Amino acid sequence: MNRFGALTLAIVLLAALVLPNFLKGYGIYLMSMWAVLSIAAMGLNLTLGYAGQVSLAQGAFVGIGAYTAALMMKAGVPYPLCFVSSGLVCFTIGWLLGYPALRVQHHYLAFVTLAFTTLVYLIFRNEEWLTGGTYGLSGIDRPSFFGLSTNGALGFFYFSFGIMVLLTAAAWWMLHSPWGRAFVALRENPVRALSLGLDTRRYTLMAFAIGSSIGGLAGAVFAPLVQYIEPLSFALDLSLNLLLMVIVGGSGFFFGPFVGALIAVLLPEWLRFIQGYYLICYAILVMAMMAFCPTGILGLVQRGVRLVAARRKAQQPTLLPERTSS
Amino acid sequence: MATFIQLLVSGLATGAIYALIAVGFTLLWQTSQTINFAQGEFVMVPAFFILEAMYLGAPFWLAALIGIALSVLLLGLTFKLIIVDPMLKHGVLPLVISTIALSLFMKEMVKNLYSSQAQPFPALVAPYDFHILGAVISSQSLAVLAVAISAVVLLHLLLHKTRLGRAMQATAQNPTLARILGISVRRMVLYTFMINAVLCAIASILISPIYLAKFVNGETLGIAAFLAAIIGGFNQVRGAIVGGFLIGILDNLSAAYISSTYRAASPLLILIVIIMFRPQGLLGRVEERTV
Repeated sequence: MNRFGALTLAIVLLAALVLPNFLKGYGIYLMSMWAVLSIAAMGLNLTLGYAGQVSLAQGAFVGIGAYTAALMMKAGVPYPLCFVSSGLVCFTIGWLLGYPALRVQHHYLAFVTLAFTTLVYLIFRNEEWLTGGTYGLSGIDRPSFFGLSTNGALGFFYFSFGIMVLLTAAAWWMLHSPWGRAFVALRENPVRALSLGLDTRRYTLMAFAIGSSIGGLAGAVFAPLVQYIEPLSFALDLSLNLLLMVIVGGSGFFFGPFVGALIAVLLPEWLRFIQGYYLICYAILVMAMMAFCPTGILGLVQRGVRLVAARRKAQQPTLLPERTSS
Repeated sequence: MATFIQLLVSGLATGAIYALIAVGFTLLWQTSQTINFAQGEFVMVPAFFILEAMYLGAPFWLAALIGIALSVLLLGLTFKLIIVDPMLKHGVLPLVISTIALSLFMKEMVKNLYSSQAQPFPALVAPYDFHILGAVISSQSLAVLAVAISAVVLLHLLLHKTRLGRAMQATAQNPTLARILGISVRRMVLYTFMINAVLCAIASILISPIYLAKFVNGETLGIAAFLAAIIGGFNQVRGAIVGGFLIGILDNLSAAYISSTYRAASPLLILIVIIMFRPQGLLGRVEERTV
């Protein structure tokens, strides 16, 4: 990452820490929601942006994570254990689901995950003894750590934000480890990665399973945030929204999902005045973006930065030896 | 036994509708590598064109024709020229995303401009029950089967017995060679989009009296058609037909004999079994991957 990027990141982090102090309850709630959706979208970005597979089940995994965490918390299990279990459950299910689907080419995973999302919704709705059926699960407590309660809006924001930063750092570390660089190779050129001896099928499956488990972890934060979960929250709409977040932000860019989630949280608030027509505008926006700039907002930014850099280079006298910047 | 026959016939009827949708879906894939995630919505929308035409005073047969014509114009021509064409150069993924956004767009348009309530839709034939071997079979099911099968037969004749159909097949199999032989590949691809729109509109006319016309119908119909196409074989029209009937029958039988709350689950299970043991689908050919 270059200096410009590091500076932007520092400013954004600082703003996110300070800003909630000036917001009212609802504003802080939206920021917490942004943190949760960012985590889920970041997981999906591994599948979509790096492995190039469309998953329409990220919302279902958020749901599985949320139900797992909520049920365990209600049974009195300490929160950190619930959190980890959500991730593990989703990793296992993701692996089992991806194994058959990723054996074949095309976008089979998209169809399998589409059907899976419907199935998960049916299970949430029908298995009343476990999930409470259409009534859902209510009265989910917010966790407290070392005597610090996260009951207040501000407290919970710092909690969800902290988890987001931790998971982001973990993902960053993973993608920059020798093992994780394979995911980047997968994004850049899958055929070349294959001919270099990478087991691309296994890495694609891994990307999907890890992405799904991150979705589950997002669910474990989502449950105590909203304190009431029901099947409809995790229907196909959520999966589609998460997918569009990754695309709009810029799939394959590490920070794309965060931008996409921010837009998905803020846009409906800003576009309150057009009410029901909001989703229509959003859909048109996405189609236009796919036609003119399929790499999303960060792709646009990158294009702009490169343009400026190229102009500056052209203006500089060429006699000086060029300094390479990383 | 009587209930079994009843379920089988109604399964065949829904299966025939799924087959129509799946055939259109595979046609688009074969000629232009378009995976249309809005296929379910392509079936949901024509019913509303027809309802609107009837509201303006047209009799049902005229409204149906207007509906089909509008579908060809909007879901065939406009879809191809405005959404698919600018996207093809970016590859498969952006087009997939774009059709997902399109499905959202169509759903919301119907919900906002028409109604979020389910609308009654006129049936093709007067309701009448036939009693065969103790089973009650509705005229509705038989009419659906008759229309769907004749549509498929007509399509088959078009593809295999006419010069135009052969040109379209050549385009699907080898676009470069087709171009060398003087076939206008662009026009052939456009024709398949129009045929897809006709098939979707016919499916819409057949399914709407059963499920009522509702903006969310596309989801289940789309999933059923995708599954049918994959199970039968993505690159074969015959495969899509077999897959459609299979899904329709299994859907009805499992709803009656296993669990009605989990009827959506059985096609998924079949899908996974098929993918594990015969990834190219029941009738599909194995496709080579090109670098």
